Amino acid sequence: MPEEPLGDHERAAVVRDSLAVGVATGAYGISFGAAGVAAGLDVWQTCVLSLLMFTGASQFALAGVIGAGGSPVAAAAAALLLGTRNTLYGLRLAPMLAWTGARRWGAAHLVIDESTAMTINRHTRPAARLGFLTTGGSIFVLWNLFTAIGAFGGEAMGDPRTYGLDAAVGGAFLALLWPRLTDTTHRVAAVAGAALAIALVPLTPAGVPVLAAAVVALGMALRVREARR
Amino acid sequence: MSLWLAVVAAGVGCYALKLAGLSVPESVLDRPYVRRATELLPVALLAALIAVQVLADGPRLVIDARLAGLGAAAVALLLRAPFLVVVVVAAATAALLRALGLP
Repeated sequence: MPEEPLGDHERAAVVRDSLAVGVATGAYGISFGAAGVAAGLDVWQTCVLSLLMFTGASQFALAGVIGAGGSPVAAAAAALLLGTRNTLYGLRLAPMLAWTGARRWGAAHLVIDESTAMTINRHTRPAARLGFLTTGGSIFVLWNLFTAIGAFGGEAMGDPRTYGLDAAVGGAFLALLWPRLTDTTHRVAAVAGAALAIALVPLTPAGVPVLAAAVVALGMALRVREARR
Repeated sequence: MSLWLAVVAAGVGCYALKLAGLSVPESVLDRPYVRRATELLPVALLAALIAVQVLADGPRLVIDARLAGLGAAAVALLLRAPFLVVVVVAAATAALLRALGLP
């Protein structure tokens, strides 16, 4: 990847685009803060999730399984399974960012959907690094700030159902899923995962229906590979 | 496992998953099956989470204001609304229906 330094104009453009994504994404930390408390996590657990886990879909998943009455183990497993996609993002980013040692350890925390999206379309290493750090850094600061606002505000509001916060979590998941429904295989995986989960709700302990959907994904991945042989 | 332990363990685990991607040689994880599974896992899990979040009440399946909220969110997404608007539309729809007396 070319190392040529950024001109002032390009630097400003990368920063502007990255901050726009950072502000838009960071602000919806408020919905996670409110949803976490509504699901039965305390304010500190909700805030620690945003600091330590820092990947939205996994955080919502953990809160969602707890809110449905699932065990902490099932909630953690759902969060980790959703977190696996960040591993693939890292594979894609590693040769572009080319950081080693402490910088790589620091950068790893910022590997999420949005920072990846704002990095992989750059053509030089300085532009990729600037896009990654500006997007990831601004989201990290704002996501944590807004999580705290949502968590403390949510706790003060009383019954979350009055404000439709339980429906808000479903809406948040749908918004996270929506851009992934790009082809037939993905749509089949979504419908099959949802159908299996619904069928298992009356039969299994809470948390199991969501994890069972992982079997759908792993099975479909296997089948597609074998079909290509 | 206590809730705190789950929060910390899953948080550290999610960080380790991110670090693995930046650190492990591409050949180890870049196999077609792993790539395929990692693409499909979030799709199936998110869809299952939506279904459970919207229809489950403990071990029972119920249709209430949450489903209307989800429908409103889908309409907002079709209209290309940003994330926060989608979430607010879902909540407001359910809140309005409950204020009108629906479950």
